[in-house]
Amino acid sequence: MTTGGAAEQFIRVAAETTEAAPSPSIHVGQAMRRKEDPRLITGKGSYVEDINLTGQLWAAWVRSPEAHARIVSIDASAARARKGVHAVYTHEDLDIEASLPMIWVPPEIEVKTPHHPVLAKDEVNHVGDPVALVIGDDRYAVIDAVEDIVVEYDPLEVVVDPEKALEEGSPLVHEQLGTNKVCEWSLGGGDLEAGFAEADVVIERRIVNHRMAGAAIEPRGVLAEFRADRLTVWSSTQVPHFLRLFLSILLGVTEDKVRVIAPEVGGGFGSKLQVYAEEIGCAWASMKLGRPIKWIETRTEGFMVTHHGRDQIDTIRVGAKRDGTLTAWHAKIIADLGAYQMLLTPAIPPSSAFVMCGVYKTPAVQTDIVMVMTNKFGTDAIRGAGRPEATHMIEVTMDQVAHELGMDPLELRRKNFIPPFSNGHETPIGVTYDSGNYGGALDKLLEHIDPADVRREAEALRKRGVYRGIGFSTYTEICGNAPSRVIGPKGFGLQGGGWESATVRVHASGAVTLYTGTSPHGQGHETGFAQIVADRLGIDPAQVDVIHGDTATGPFGLDTYGSRSLSVGGEAAARAATKVAGKARQIVAHQLEAAPEDIELHEGRFSVRGSPDKGMTLPEVAGAAYVPDNLPEGMEPGLDEQSFYDPENFVFPFGAHACVVDVDAETGKVSVVRWVAVDDCGPAINPMLIDGQVHGGITHGIGQALYERIHYDESGQLVTGTFVDYALATAAELPSYETDRTETPSPVNSLRVKGVGEAGTIAASPAVVNAVIDALRPLGVDYINMPLTPMRVWEAIHEANGGVRA
Amino acid sequence: MIPAEFDYTAPASLEEAISALRQGGEDAKLLAGGHSLLPLMKLRLAAPSLLVDLRRVPGLAGVARGNGTWRIGALTPHAVLEHTPELGVVSAAAATIADPQVRNRGTIGGSLVHGDPASDLPAVMMACEASVTVQGPSGQRTIPALELFQGYMETALAADEVLTEVRMPVLDGWGFGYEKFNRRSEDWAMVAVSAVVNARDGTCEDVRVGLTNMGSVPLRAPAVEEALRGKQLDAESIAAAAEQAAEGTDPPADLNASAEYKRHLARVLCRRALEKAAGLSS
Repeated sequence: MTTGGAAEQFIRVAAETTEAAPSPSIHVGQAMRRKEDPRLITGKGSYVEDINLTGQLWAAWVRSPEAHARIVSIDASAARARKGVHAVYTHEDLDIEASLPMIWVPPEIEVKTPHHPVLAKDEVNHVGDPVALVIGDDRYAVIDAVEDIVVEYDPLEVVVDPEKALEEGSPLVHEQLGTNKVCEWSLGGGDLEAGFAEADVVIERRIVNHRMAGAAIEPRGVLAEFRADRLTVWSSTQVPHFLRLFLSILLGVTEDKVRVIAPEVGGGFGSKLQVYAEEIGCAWASMKLGRPIKWIETRTEGFMVTHHGRDQIDTIRVGAKRDGTLTAWHAKIIADLGAYQMLLTPAIPPSSAFVMCGVYKTPAVQTDIVMVMTNKFGTDAIRGAGRPEATHMIEVTMDQVAHELGMDPLELRRKNFIPPFSNGHETPIGVTYDSGNYGGALDKLLEHIDPADVRREAEALRKRGVYRGIGFSTYTEICGNAPSRVIGPKGFGLQGGGWESATVRVHASGAVTLYTGTSPHGQGHETGFAQIVADRLGIDPAQVDVIHGDTATGPFGLDTYGSRSLSVGGEAAARAATKVAGKARQIVAHQLEAAPEDIELHEGRFSVRGSPDKGMTLPEVAGAAYVPDNLPEGMEPGLDEQSFYDPENFVFPFGAHACVVDVDAETGKVSVVRWVAVDDCGPAINPMLIDGQVHGGITHGIGQALYERIHYDESGQLVTGTFVDYALATAAELPSYETDRTETPSPVNSLRVKGVGEAGTIAASPAVVNAVIDALRPLGVDYINMPLTPMRVWEAIHEANGGVRA
Repeated sequence: MIPAEFDYTAPASLEEAISALRQGGEDAKLLAGGHSLLPLMKLRLAAPSLLVDLRRVPGLAGVARGNGTWRIGALTPHAVLEHTPELGVVSAAAATIADPQVRNRGTIGGSLVHGDPASDLPAVMMACEASVTVQGPSGQRTIPALELFQGYMETALAADEVLTEVRMPVLDGWGFGYEKFNRRSEDWAMVAVSAVVNARDGTCEDVRVGLTNMGSVPLRAPAVEEALRGKQLDAESIAAAAEQAAEGTDPPADLNASAEYKRHLARVLCRRALEKAAGLSS
């Protein structure tokens, strides 16, 4: 076995049992309606675009139409002379030395990282690379002025195909790096050679996991105000705390003087887990001009310069014995990073490696990753970030193995499932799954859908030229991005921690505010977190106001991504609330002359065990805490507690999905006609929020499988730059999802929960591909790469028929 | 939406609209539902100097039937066509346009003068042998749909003419079928085929087939029509005729559809549309 240095560093983590906080579950577990919805659906939400400041100016960007070129000259004289234009800045004007951030520095692994300026210096490396920044009175003025700026480019050779970029003599995206291959990374465990030697069959497939966008409803936007030595930045971001840190570093303003506010954020899907040139540039311009600067992304810019995801060419090899026993997995990943290393760009492909044996016992697993630069925009985290790619490889290949062995795909899966475990299962990779019951999730799935029924339906439909197929995906994933010592500088190599914070503040009246360091952008934290805190304080969730996304309120936090909010941030909230409850018990015990351990929460009151008539409500406790004339000896006044929580392990949600498709064999069009999903993210805090995440997640996965694709042509031009060409699935294309859950507690946190924001996406795409292949096997189709566009499916049928038109 | 600067006028009569167009010159554009023009302006692919909004001009919307002719006002939104099933294939085609919001705002006149070969109504109008009434500074004239579409997004209208009405023969008793193929229901047609068939005792007396997005202009499929006219209408004759649906076409290729695939789709959709029109399928 060979593993890279970082892999060696990727330490084995033992799952640790944490004591559950003793509080009755009254609100936790209820499908409570989202507290945030009344304001959002009545137009009362305040997004960046809704915020306007006195004296505000607008920004617009001159962007490169070339994928790779030297900048010969920039003539901005006409734009500068235009009415309403205040300034035009180019790289010459920007006194920002540092690169836009990339935070993965794995021990003993070299990651070549080109300088990434806010405005292109001398050279542009992708279509949309910003060349100049225009500041003016209003949005019309600056966008008109952009058209007046004449940039002369001297085109350079372009490379967009990652495999070609690896060839000797390929054009180089960054001449100074001397190569397009910027990182190699491996992770594995077990004896791979022996594993394959043991195998009766070895299946190898080349699986292209194409590039896609986050495509959030709300485009990005920034409003920056520098005033009286303080910088305030409103941004449509998932990571206000990260942004504050890098604004401080890049612009030389200490963190205490920088405030970042993520107001309502209309979706992110990873695409707003970034520190963007526009955020830094607008803040810089605000400092330069002493005026608030606003920029709202156009949708065209959104497709061009908001980071993309996926874009791997995967070669997967799996060995199996005749009876179906898996003996080895070996994945080779060519990851197309695009033109720059963005915040987490090179750290995403390795995330595939952590779950490269999926839910299966496999003695040997190895993932070899080659990362390559091309003249396209950067890739980074998009919903699932590495795990959808791994699951896609594994689950599509499982069906290929089953077919090769003549086995039922579910029988093959069951034969190889890791048996149920509740407190840690170490994989050969060195990752310790927290808990799992994969067969249980599949059993539950099959209560809802019987493959035999689908096959009977398929027989009947085939007479009409409709080919029905069923596909499955049984998955696990790694999320709850947390354990600092695992993901941090000495472990995986991220230059940061993974903890989360919460403050529970009981006001003098008894009203409660929860400050969370997470930064939701549509998930429903205000509801779910309120349910958690309410149960611990004996109050109604409506009485818990959840504040997030403002670095000037509450403690330092690490924001929202990687399905981490609940299992890390929710746990922090639970712990802070438990601290408050603990102090409340002491106060109540003191005032009622009872022992603190005899104080229990009963029907919304802290009352003395056995004497339910003796007790205090939270407002009464708060009164006692803030008018401290009768507190226990030595107790500080106030009822306000903080928790910083750093888990011992990740969490590993899992589940089983089934997809039924109809394929029109004449045209190649695929319709998803049924979807059944069983997901396990531990005990539900709010089943409705889980359903919301699962629905959106599946849609994202179906979207990639059938519709969505970011495509550049050979000259590096973005072909899919509008919603006409970038096809998001709409309700008209999708069936009603049937969802259910199993609840396997996680031993990692006291809530016993796992994340669920990405699970649906991670599960979905292979189920679609498996269903389509299942449908078309009678026509001889064995494999098709995503996206399964009608033409691609038609061509596959055509080829399988030996060129005879279907 | 941040379009380039433009002037705007909303005249109260057709005469004023024509005169505004005339004064605005070539860069003046009529605005009806705005569902083709405004997206182009937003992307700055179109930058008209003057928009002449027809919303205040009376009498341009509505559907009426008389003397064997349908008269459809230019500002009639797609949704009205969709909900007038007596219009047959026109109604069927209108029901497939984009989504309800677009169908509520987009108009038949706007769609026809935009001249996009991927739009649903142009080829349907050709199949129905409709004509359009246009009003210009020197009076009114009629242009048959077959002569309306001159090139990619280019029509026979002069810059200062306004399409006021569509006239279409009533096709009572004709069968019809509209088969549109797209990836998502809201998309433009990758290919669409409209078919109207007049059959007597199972024999095809007359047939017309329109092709959407199979060239730089909407098309008819004369080879299919000739192959079927006078023939017994059955699955076999329809299949044989439909094989010629792509005859002589040179469809533009894009990321999701090669020319070959589009020709294949035209044949499949043509057969399906004809089967529907002949009452062989629903």
